Amino acid sequence: MNKIEIKDFNFFYGKNRVIRNFNLNIEANKITSIFGPANSGTTTLLCCLNRFCDLNNEARYSGDILIDGKSIFAPKVSVTALRRRVGMVFEVPTPLPMSIFDNVSYGLRLLHVKRKQRIPEIVEMSLRQAALWDEVKNRLNFPAASLSGGQQQRMCIARILALEPDVLLIDRACSGLDPISTAKIEGSLMRLKKQMTIVISPHNIQQANRISECVVFMQKGEWVEKITDFRI
Amino acid sequence: MNLNISEKIAKTVVWIASLGMFGVLTSIVAFILFKGLPAISWSFLTQMPEKMGREGGIASPIAGTFLVTVPAVLIAMPFGIGTAFYLAEYTKGGIITRAVRFSAESLAGIPSIVYGLFGFIFFVVKLNLGWSILSGSLTLAIMILPTIIRTSEVAISSVPKTYKEVSYSLGATKWQTIRLTVIPSAVRGIAIGVILAIGRCVSETAALILTAGSVLGMPDSLLSSGRTMAVHFYLLATEGISPERAFGTAALLIITVFFINVVANTLIERLFKRVGR
Amino acid sequence: MFLIFALTSISVLAVITGFIFMQGFPLIADVGLRDFLFGTTWEPTRGQFGIGAMIAGSLAVTFGAALIGIPVGICCSIFMAEFAPGIVRKIFRPAIQLLAGIPSVVYGFWGIMFVVPFIRNYFGGPGLSILAGSIVLGIMMLPTIISISEVAIVSLSHTYKEGALALGMTHWQTILAVQLPAAKSGIVAGVILGLGRALGETMAVIMILGNATALPESILSPVRTLTANIGLEMGYATGVHRQALFATGIVLFIIIMLLNIIAQHLTNRGDMIE
Repeated sequence: MNKIEIKDFNFFYGKNRVIRNFNLNIEANKITSIFGPANSGTTTLLCCLNRFCDLNNEARYSGDILIDGKSIFAPKVSVTALRRRVGMVFEVPTPLPMSIFDNVSYGLRLLHVKRKQRIPEIVEMSLRQAALWDEVKNRLNFPAASLSGGQQQRMCIARILALEPDVLLIDRACSGLDPISTAKIEGSLMRLKKQMTIVISPHNIQQANRISECVVFMQKGEWVEKITDFRI
Repeated sequence: MNLNISEKIAKTVVWIASLGMFGVLTSIVAFILFKGLPAISWSFLTQMPEKMGREGGIASPIAGTFLVTVPAVLIAMPFGIGTAFYLAEYTKGGIITRAVRFSAESLAGIPSIVYGLFGFIFFVVKLNLGWSILSGSLTLAIMILPTIIRTSEVAISSVPKTYKEVSYSLGATKWQTIRLTVIPSAVRGIAIGVILAIGRCVSETAALILTAGSVLGMPDSLLSSGRTMAVHFYLLATEGISPERAFGTAALLIITVFFINVVANTLIERLFKRVGR
Repeated sequence: MFLIFALTSISVLAVITGFIFMQGFPLIADVGLRDFLFGTTWEPTRGQFGIGAMIAGSLAVTFGAALIGIPVGICCSIFMAEFAPGIVRKIFRPAIQLLAGIPSVVYGFWGIMFVVPFIRNYFGGPGLSILAGSIVLGIMMLPTIISISEVAIVSLSHTYKEGALALGMTHWQTILAVQLPAAKSGIVAGVILGLGRALGETMAVIMILGNATALPESILSPVRTLTANIGLEMGYATGVHRQALFATGIVLFIIIMLLNIIAQHLTNRGDMIE
């Protein structure tokens, strides 16, 4: 089943065409790697999937992207709701200047839900899923900046998971992290794919090999090759 | 080696100039405090001035300072901070932004005596508020507006872009992002701007003489004339009324400025230890 | 909503300009621009309105203050940014913040108590003079110049300094050839802000300049500035006399606006180079 369908998609920053005539179907409950050299458009492509690139004033696009068969560019789509459904983890860990607990519950606090009494419960569950709970359970009120780089990145993943997204976008999330953190993150991604669709731009081909069922190669914004059943 | 010698000379000059200027500036403060602190006593602070300030205390100038400063800051804050948010977050360039920024920068450079002239003709004469605490306050509110705008804008635009990106990526709207992410990160800088503004109000003299008058009695409403500590000190010092009380008032002014700085800094530090920055 | 707030500063500037010009312009038209600007007789009771001496006074004192304030101020900011040991910096920084907040009347008072008698005893003359005013204003503008220039130097990227040092430059050469030019726009902004403070200062100059309305003969002569003229006479002026003071305000306003525009232009250009 196709979770995401990208159809004839072009993307421009000003006059600069960053993504060219891109077509891709991404299957549900799998980890899809989008791999390419630096500046090949992988990050931009991920940013388009939750309309994060809208924040740039010069951004334009043509073609369409469907999630669950519905266009994400349709006028009545709520961008904020889309971003909650399609969570994104950035290349560099991005803790907000507040405590670990407040970081993880940030998205929930935006929702004005009645489930507010459930927030501590959801925070714990998300941190467990991101394989961070045991390391931080006694210091949830510490500033997030006091965590190590690898822990910060897992906290960022937990922060997304707290919103229970359908799709998880991960942009070179393990570049520059220690091997132990990388292994923990990869382990939790493997567990999470039962619940959601994961699109990752891996920082090297070995990582793509380790975790994903499907690898898409990109170069200069163009689709090059798609290999399914990458792991032999 | 020639290079080494000139290097040493240059460094020595810099050291001497810096320590020298620090010495001079410190000696000014030390001189005032040394002469003025003995004059400060409980009765000096709580008694009304008598015989043009020759005797008695400075209770009414203290009250005047407070009554002029508080409304001025309260009026200027929403406008100043609002403008800063507009400039830093909402604007996309263009003629209005340039005009806003130009006018804010220009207002910052206008001398206080010109604000005094304006306050006199507009608030005192045209709006018929008379020489009053209110006229003085409104004039000061305009005067400190650019201070608040500038420091707040710097504070807001120096919030790292990633904070905002993260907030958007978690599904926050623009207003939620500002409320939950930008404001907490910028509040320190904004507070510093407001404190600078309070300091300017406390130490302003020229604009207030032209708008608030210099009546020595205790003001009974915002529409009565009154003098602040700075004005009181100026009149005592230039008219040779009472050097002792002039020094006392000056020392109190310096202590007030010092107190504002220290209290604000520690409060802000504490606030930020909690959220971890 | 924010736009409404933002528009206040534009409208305030417009209203201020409008009112001051409205009040002062008729007098300039009556007296004639040349006689007003270059006339050196100020006798408002006899209808003589020439502010030439005061323009000269303002410029002389500001220039003198700049001669003292700018070099010392830049030296101090280099010291704070590059040479001062951590603990010294920790003391200096809040101290300068505090000194910037001290009312100008206090500096003026110090001028009367120290600088004026000193000049009277060692250089002659009344003591209340351009020299005294320049010294006090030069010191007064130091905190402004130092704090802004220091930030400009400190906030430069480390790579500039490291790159220069890696080329074998000495520390001092690096400061002169790389760091000061790179921080130029910030330093210039600080200097102009300081100059504006000196030019616009009123109470301190009333206290130490002597306020004579004649053209100054030397730096030991007493003099009156534009600001002092307004501050001294506004309290009792009426009718044409009051208009003349507003006209003085117009001249001051225009000089300051020119300074502002130059400063804004310079800082903008600096940003573009970076």
